[in-house]
Amino acid sequence: MNGTASELLAVRDLTIGFPAPGGLLLAADGIDFDVAVGRTVGLVGESGCGKSVTLRSLLGLVPYPGEVLAGTIHWRGEEMLTASGKRQATLRGTEISMIFQDPTSCLNPVFTVGNQMVETLRKRAGLGRREARTRAMELLDRVGLSAPEKRLAAYPHELSGGMRQRVMIAISIATRPRLLLADEPTTALDVTTQEQILALLKELQAEDGMAILLVSHDLGVISETCDEVVVMYAGRMLEAGYDREVMRSPRHPYTRGLIEAMPSLEVTDEEPPVPIGGQPPDLTALPPGCPFQPRCKFVRDQCAEIPVALDATLAEHGSACPFEGVRS
Amino acid sequence: MGAYLLRRAVQAIPVLIGISLAAFLLIHLVPGDPARILLGAQATPKAVATLHEQLGLDRPLPTQYLNFITGAVHFEFGESLSQKVGVGKLIGTRAEVTLLLLMMATLLSITIAVPLAVAAALRRNRPVDHSIRLFSMFTFAMPSFLLGLLLILFFSLKLKWLPTSGYGSGFGGHLRALILPALTVGLYLAPILLRTLRIGIIDTLGTEYIEAARARGLARRLIIFKHVLKNSVIPTVTVLGLNIGFLLSGLVVIENVFSLPGLGSELVTAIGNRDYPTIQALTLVFGVSVVAINLLTDLLYSYLDPRVRL
Repeated sequence: MNGTASELLAVRDLTIGFPAPGGLLLAADGIDFDVAVGRTVGLVGESGCGKSVTLRSLLGLVPYPGEVLAGTIHWRGEEMLTASGKRQATLRGTEISMIFQDPTSCLNPVFTVGNQMVETLRKRAGLGRREARTRAMELLDRVGLSAPEKRLAAYPHELSGGMRQRVMIAISIATRPRLLLADEPTTALDVTTQEQILALLKELQAEDGMAILLVSHDLGVISETCDEVVVMYAGRMLEAGYDREVMRSPRHPYTRGLIEAMPSLEVTDEEPPVPIGGQPPDLTALPPGCPFQPRCKFVRDQCAEIPVALDATLAEHGSACPFEGVRS
Repeated sequence: MGAYLLRRAVQAIPVLIGISLAAFLLIHLVPGDPARILLGAQATPKAVATLHEQLGLDRPLPTQYLNFITGAVHFEFGESLSQKVGVGKLIGTRAEVTLLLLMMATLLSITIAVPLAVAAALRRNRPVDHSIRLFSMFTFAMPSFLLGLLLILFFSLKLKWLPTSGYGSGFGGHLRALILPALTVGLYLAPILLRTLRIGIIDTLGTEYIEAARARGLARRLIIFKHVLKNSVIPTVTVLGLNIGFLLSGLVVIENVFSLPGLGSELVTAIGNRDYPTIQALTLVFGVSVVAINLLTDLLYSYLDPRVRL
C-alpha cells in the first residue's frame, strides 16, 4: 500500500486537535487513507465530523488555533507535515488545489473575476499578464462559461452561484493540479447545478487524470462520484471501502443509517428515508469506546470498551464495529 | 457608478438649500434690529439706515435671500463689518490654511494608522497589539490643546526643529508651520481609524475568500496588502469621512493654540465682533464642505466596493 508508483497521497494516523476549555478537542483522530493517481476518494459524515479540517490539513491550512498533533502526510513519497512552510506553500495551488463549499464567499467581492484569475495564473503558473488573460479565457471556456471576456470583467456578485463555482473550478485547475480537494463543492448549489458541477469535475478528471478528494455530508454525491469512501464520525473513521461495496453492504450501523437517511429522487415502493436519531456528537463529551453509541440502534454494553479502529484496510472494506455478526 | 453618484449628488441639493437658508436667516434670528444691535444704542438713525442699505435689510426677504445665494455662488458675501475687506476674500485666504491643515492631518493619520492597524491585527491579543492599543488610547484621550502644547514644548522649544506658531512664509514655510498642528489633529484621528481598520482586517482575515487565496498559494504579502486591505478599508472610509466633517469645525482650538489664520480662528473672531456677514459666510462654507466631504466619501466608497454601485 505504501510507495507504489500510482500513490499520490498517503495519510497515516492523522490527529488534529483544538485547544478547548478543559482539555483538547480532537477534530480528527487517527485518520488513515490514500489517494491514488486519477482516483476519487470521498470523505463523508455529518457536519462537525472533522472531514473539512482533515482536508485543510493537507494544505497546511488548519484554522487557528487548531494544529496537527500526530500522524504523517506523504505527498508523492515526501513527508509534508515536517516539511518547511515554504515547501508546503509551493504545493498549494500548483500540485494540490482546492474548491470550497460556498462559491459566493470564496471569491473576493471587491476584485473582478479576471483580476483574481490573472493574479493566480501569473503568480502560480508563471505566466505574463497577456498570456494569463488568454489562458483565463480558455479556462472559463473549458469549465463551460459562455462569453469569457465578459465574465472576466464581472465582479463575483454579478454571477450566479453555479457560475461562481465554475470560476472557482477554473482557477483551481489553472495549474493542472494532480489532486483537487473539493470541500462540499455542490452543497450551496441547487440540484440541477449540482449535477452539472459534478459532471464537469468528472469530465476534467477524465481529461487531465487528476485525483479528487471530495468531502461531503451527502452520501448521494459521494456515491455518485467516488471510487473509494471513508466514513467519518466525531473525528474518527468508522468505515472505509470501495464505494460500491460500502453502498451495497454497509458494515457499520452509522453508514447504514446514512444510507437509510438518503432521499431518493425516484418514486419507489421502498420505505421513506429514515433520519438517524439523536444529536450530532459533542466533541467535548464523547463516550468511552465507540463515539456512535448514544445514537446506535444496536448499542450494547461492550460498545464502551471497544477500540475505535478499522478491522481491515480500505481495500478490504474495514469497519470499526465488531458486533456486525451478532446484531439482532 | 455614474448613476449612483448622480443620485447621491441630487440627494445633496435639499441639504444645500437647507444650509443656505439657515445661514441666511442667521442675521434675522437676532432679536430686534440687527443693524441697531451692531451699531450700539448711541447710533444715529442715519447710520442705522446706511447699514440697513449696506446689508440689504431694507429689501423684502425673498429678494434678500436671492441676492445672498447669487452672491454666494460668486463667493461674495458683502463686506466684513469688523475688517474693511470683502468677506469672500477674507475667507478665501483662510480657507487655504484650514484645507491644507486638514489634508496634512488626514494624510498623517492614515500614515500612522494603516501600518499600526496591520501590525495589531496580524498579532492580535499579543504584546504588539496591546502596546498599539495603549498608545492609541493615550493620544486619543489626551485633549488636543494639551497634546499641541506638549508637541510645541518638545519639537519647537527644546529641539528647535519647528516653529512654535504662525503660518510661515512661502509654501515650504506653510508646510513646515503646519507639521505640528497637523500632527496634533492626526494623532487624534489616527486611533479612530486604527481601531476601525484593525477590526476590519481581523474580520476579513476570517473570510473564506482569504482562505481560498491561501489555498491558491498566493504570497502572504499579496494577500494582506491586496485582498485583505481593500476589503477592510471600506468601513474605515466611512468613519474617516464622518470624522473629517466633524473635525472641520473642531479645528478652532488647534488653530488658536498654534495661532494659525484659519477658518476656525476667524469664526471665533467674527462671533466676538458680531460680524454677521462673515458668520453667515462661514456657516455656509462649513456646511457646504461637510456635504462635499460626504460626496467624496461616497465616491471613494463606490470605487472600493463594486457592490454599492447599483
